[in-house]
Amino acid sequence: MADQDTTTDDLTPERSRPGSEPQLKPQVLSFDEVAAQAHTAAQLDLSRGSVLEVDNLKMYFPVKAGGLIRRKVGDVQAVDGVSFQVPRGGSLGLVGESGCGKSTTGRLITRLYQPTGGKILFEGRDLADLSNKQLKPLRRDIQMIFQDPYTSLNPRHTVGSIIGAPLEVHKVVPKNQILPRVQELLEIVGLNPEHYNRYPNEFSGGQRQRIGIARALTLNPKLLVADEPVSALDVSIQAQVINLLQDIQKEFDVAFLFIAHDLAVVRHFCPEVAVMYLGKIVEIGDRDSIYSNAHHPYTQALLSAVPDVKQAAIGGRRERIRLEGDVPSPINPPSGCRFRTRCPIAQEICAKHEPPLLQIGKRHKVACHFPGPIHQHPDKPITARLLGTDDAGSPDPGATPSSQIANKPGYDDTWYDLDAKTFGRA
Amino acid sequence: MTIHNMPSSSTGNGDPDAFLVVEDLNVEFPTPDGPVQAVQDLSYRVGLGQTLGIVGESGSGKSVSSMAVLGLHDAQRSTITGSIKIGGQEVVGLNEPGLRKLRGNAVSMIFQDALAALHPFYRIGAQLGEAYQVHHSSASKRDARRKSIEMLDRVGIPQPDKRVDDFPHQFSGGMRQRAMIAMGLINDPSLLIADEPTTALDVTVQAQILDLLQDLQREFNSAVIIITHDLGVIAEMADDVLVMYAGRAVEYGPCKEILVAPEMPYTWGLLSSIPDVMADTDARLIPIPGNPPSLLSPPSGCSFHPRCVHVDKVPGALCATTLPELLPGGRGPHHLKRCHLANPAEIFRTEVLAEIAPKMVEEN
Amino acid sequence: MFAYIIKRLISGVIVVILVSMAVFALFWFGPEDPARPICNQQTGNRCTPDRLENFEEQMGYNNGFVSEYAAYAKGIFAGRQMEIGSTQIDCDAPCLGYSHRTFNLVWEELIDRVPATISVAAGGAVLYLLLGVPIGVAAARRRGTLGDKLLVSSFLVISSVPYYLFALLAWLYFTLIWQVPILGDSGYTPLTDNPAKWFGGLLLPWLCLGIFGCTQYTRYTRGAMVETLSEDYIRTAKAKGLKPSTVVYRHGLRSALVPVVTVFGIDLGVLLAGTIFTERIFEIQGIGRWGLQAVQSFDLPVVSATALFGAIIIVISNLIVDVIYSVLDPRVRLS
Repeated sequence: MADQDTTTDDLTPERSRPGSEPQLKPQVLSFDEVAAQAHTAAQLDLSRGSVLEVDNLKMYFPVKAGGLIRRKVGDVQAVDGVSFQVPRGGSLGLVGESGCGKSTTGRLITRLYQPTGGKILFEGRDLADLSNKQLKPLRRDIQMIFQDPYTSLNPRHTVGSIIGAPLEVHKVVPKNQILPRVQELLEIVGLNPEHYNRYPNEFSGGQRQRIGIARALTLNPKLLVADEPVSALDVSIQAQVINLLQDIQKEFDVAFLFIAHDLAVVRHFCPEVAVMYLGKIVEIGDRDSIYSNAHHPYTQALLSAVPDVKQAAIGGRRERIRLEGDVPSPINPPSGCRFRTRCPIAQEICAKHEPPLLQIGKRHKVACHFPGPIHQHPDKPITARLLGTDDAGSPDPGATPSSQIANKPGYDDTWYDLDAKTFGRA
Repeated sequence: MTIHNMPSSSTGNGDPDAFLVVEDLNVEFPTPDGPVQAVQDLSYRVGLGQTLGIVGESGSGKSVSSMAVLGLHDAQRSTITGSIKIGGQEVVGLNEPGLRKLRGNAVSMIFQDALAALHPFYRIGAQLGEAYQVHHSSASKRDARRKSIEMLDRVGIPQPDKRVDDFPHQFSGGMRQRAMIAMGLINDPSLLIADEPTTALDVTVQAQILDLLQDLQREFNSAVIIITHDLGVIAEMADDVLVMYAGRAVEYGPCKEILVAPEMPYTWGLLSSIPDVMADTDARLIPIPGNPPSLLSPPSGCSFHPRCVHVDKVPGALCATTLPELLPGGRGPHHLKRCHLANPAEIFRTEVLAEIAPKMVEEN
Repeated sequence: MFAYIIKRLISGVIVVILVSMAVFALFWFGPEDPARPICNQQTGNRCTPDRLENFEEQMGYNNGFVSEYAAYAKGIFAGRQMEIGSTQIDCDAPCLGYSHRTFNLVWEELIDRVPATISVAAGGAVLYLLLGVPIGVAAARRRGTLGDKLLVSSFLVISSVPYYLFALLAWLYFTLIWQVPILGDSGYTPLTDNPAKWFGGLLLPWLCLGIFGCTQYTRYTRGAMVETLSEDYIRTAKAKGLKPSTVVYRHGLRSALVPVVTVFGIDLGVLLAGTIFTERIFEIQGIGRWGLQAVQSFDLPVVSATALFGAIIIVISNLIVDVIYSVLDPRVRLS
C-alpha cells in the first residue's frame, strides 16, 4: 500500500505527549510525496463489462393505519423502477437528497431488504429472489461500508474480532490463519497491525471508518456498497478515506456503488453517476454528461445549489436555480413526473405522463419531457411523439407509442438525437 | 515555550469600533485528565452588516469560542479570560442577569440540528413567543403569537398562521431550520451566531437557508458569525474568514484573500482535501496526513507541525519548538497567518496549486 | 390516540383474565388440598377422609378445574348461588365467592379493606413524588458539587436498608420508645369517620413510605434531569435569555419526567395492590395483610380476589401512565 506510511502512525495524541523531545526531523512526508500518493478523479474503463446489473428494481414499504385493525393503507414507494449497471472494477455514484431512495437501493443490493420487484443481476445471477441460505455464499462478494463509524462497530468487540468475524462465519481460512489475515487487512487500510487487540473507542472517527473498510475487505468482495462513507468525517480525514478507497479499488479490482449526497465527492470518485429523486433515477450518465452537460432540471438545480470554493475568487454567487418547497411524500407521489411540483419548466404533459428514461448520448440518459442544457430546454415536449400523445399529453390517435423506450440497465449503441429529434446515431 | 505574547494591535480586520470585538480570548475546561485549553489567544472582530466565517474541524475550538460570546459556558466548569466586547459592553466576567439581557436579544444563536435544538414537547409558536416575551415583558401572549406568525412568514414558512401551532416534529428539516432562524431573529439582534446552520441539510435546502440568511442580514444589518467546516459555505457567505486549528487562529483575513492566496499549510490542506463540482479532473485530492491533535496534550511549537508536509522548508526544528505568532504575511496588514514559512505565496503557487488546480497554474 | 387506549384496554382485560386463571390453577393443582385447612379448622383438627370429602364437595373441588373456574367467572359478572354448610346464600355480582376462613363474602371484605390500602398507598406515593422530584432536580442542577455527592451517597445508604427494617425501626422508636404524639398512634380510621384521626394514624406509615421511596425517586429524577440538561434544546433555551429556573423547570423537567412517570406507574400499582409490610407493621387492615392471611390459610377465593384486584390496579395504572405520556409528549399523542 502506498499510503500506509503517512497513516500507520495513528493515535496521534500518543506520540505528542508533553515531555517527548521535539523531533529534529519529524516523521512526516514532504508535500510532494503526499501529493504523489494522492489520486486524481477516477476514470472509466468501458472494455470490461459490468459486475452488477439492476433491472427495474422496486421496493415498496407498506404503510399501515393507526387504528384498531392495522390494515394496509398504502405504500412508501422508496425505490420505484430503478435500472443501472455498475462497471467491473469501476464505480457508479448514486446521488440525491434524503428520502430519494439511494440508501434503500444500496440495502437492496446487499439484500438487507427483499425487493418488491425487479432483478439484481450480480455476475449474471439474480439475487432478488434468493433465500438467505442461497445468498450466503454470494454475500462474500458484496460487502457494505456504512456511514457512521461510531455506531456501526460493536464497542464490545476488539478490532481483530470485528475484522475476523466474516472469516469465521464463512469458514474461509483455518482458525490459526485468521489473525495474520486481520493484521494484513489492518495494514492495507493504513492502521497499525499490532492494534488488533484494541477496541473501537480507542480509535478516532477516521480510523474507525478504516476499520469498517477492512471488515468489508475481509472476504475479497467484488462489489462494495459504500453508503455515505465519508460524510461523518472531518474534512481533512475525508480526503484520506477517499484516497484509501481509490487505492483499494486499484489494488483489489473492486467495483463500488458509491452512495452519497456530496456531489463533489461523487464526482471525484465515480466516473459514472445516477441522480435519484423520489425513488426514481432522473438522470444517469458518465461524469461529463452529469456535471458539465446535465439535461434534467433537477440535476441542474442540485448542482447549482452546491456552494463552490472557487466562487470566492470571482466574488458574488453563481446563478442558482431555486427549488421551492420540500420533497413530496413518497406515500402519495405526484402523478406523471415526480419532480413536476417543484420543477421550474413543468408543463401540462408532466402531470399526465411519467417521462421515460431516454438515452440522449453515448452514456447519458435523462427522464424529462423537456431535456436540455440549462436555459435551453425545448418549449415542446420531445417525448410526446414517443409516448403517442400530443404536446399537452392527451392521447393522439394518429401517433403510436415508440417501442424504443424501455427502462433497462446499460446503454444502447443508438440513441435519441435531441437535435434531429429522432433515434439512431452511433 | 514562548506563546502568550501576541500583540493585540495586529488583529487589524474591520474597524476598531466593530460591534463584536474579541481579544486574547482563552477558554479552559478542567477535566479529570487535566485542563483542556479549548481556545487560546483568540482575537477577532465583526462589524454590523459584516459576516465572519469561522472554519475548523471538530475540536478546533470554533464552537467553544462563540458559546463564550453568549456566556453559555458554565462558570463553575470553565475558565474564561480575555475580553469580549459586544457593542462596547464587556461580556467576560459579566454577571448572569447581565448576560441574560444580551442572550436572544442583542446576540442570538442558531444551532446545527434544529430537531434537537427545538424542544420536542412545545409548539413552534410557543417557543418563538417565549423568546419574544423574555425580552418584551410588557408583551401579551397574543402579541407574542402575532410576532411569531410574522417571523415565520418572514422566513418563508407557508401558512404561518396554521403552522405556528405545529410541533417541531411536524416540520420538515428545512422548515425547522427556518423556524430556528425566525426564533433567532425575533428580537432583531445585532449579532447572529450561526453554528453549522446547514450541516444536516440537503444541498438544495442548504442553498435556500443560505439565501435566506443573506437576505435577512441585508434587511436587519446585523453582524453575523457563521461557524462551519464547509469552505464552500464560507466562500458564499463570509466577508472575513478565521481558520482555527487546535484552539488557535492559524489564518485570518478577508474571505477572498484566504481562499485565493492562503499562506498557512493547514488552509492549503483544507483546500486540497475537498473535491469541487467544477474542478478539472486532473486535480488530485490531497489529504492532510494524521489526525487532529488531542487538546489534552497539544503538540509543542506549532500545533499543526506533526501533520504539516512543509516543515522541511523551515530551517532547523523551529516548527517543533516555537509557536509562530499570528502576524501579517506578505499580502498586507489584513491577512494574518500563524506559520514560520518564509515564502508561502511561492510554495502555494508552484507546489500546491499545481496539484489541486493544474489548469489554473498553466493559465498564469 | 383513542384507538390506542382501547387497544391497551383490551390487552389489559386479557392480562387480568390470564392472571386470575393462573392463580386459580396454582392453588387447584398445588400440593396442598385447599379443603384440608378448612376441614381442620371446622372440625377442630379432627378431619377424617370422609369429612374432607364432604368439604371438597361443598367447596366445589370435585367439579373439576374448568367447570369450577367457569362458575367462578360467571359469578363475577352475573352473581351466583352458593352454599355455606347447609345455608344457601345469594352472592350478587361481582361475586368473588366467600372466604373459607371467615365465611364472609369476599367482595364485601375487599370493599372493606380497599380504602385503607388506597389511603396508605396514595399518601406515600404523593409524599415520595413531592420530595423525590424536587430534590432530584436540585441535585441535578448542582451535579458534581459536594452537596450533590453527600446527598447521593446518604440516599444510597438509606435505600440499601431493607424497607421492612426501616419501617420496623420507625415504628419501634416513634411508637414504642419515644411515644411521639400523633406519629405514635398509627392505625387506620376511615376518613369519613374522623378525618383528623385518619390523618394522624396514617402519618407515620406515609412518612416511612415517602422517605424510603423518595431516595429512589431522587435518583431517577436526578439521572433523567442530568441527561435532559445536556440536550441541545436546553442550550437553546439558555441562549434565548430565559431565567435558569425557567430553563430547568419548564424546558428540562417536562422531558425528565417521562422516565420518572414510567417507574411511578409501576410503583403505584404495586403499592395499591397491597403494602404488606406497612400494613403489617402499623396494624392497618388493608389488602396486603388480607392477602397474606389468605395465603397462610389457603383461602383460595380471597387469594384469587387479591390477585385479580392487583392485576386490575396495575393495568389501570399503566393506562394512566400512557395518558400522562401523551400529555407530556405530543409526539405520542399525534402519532
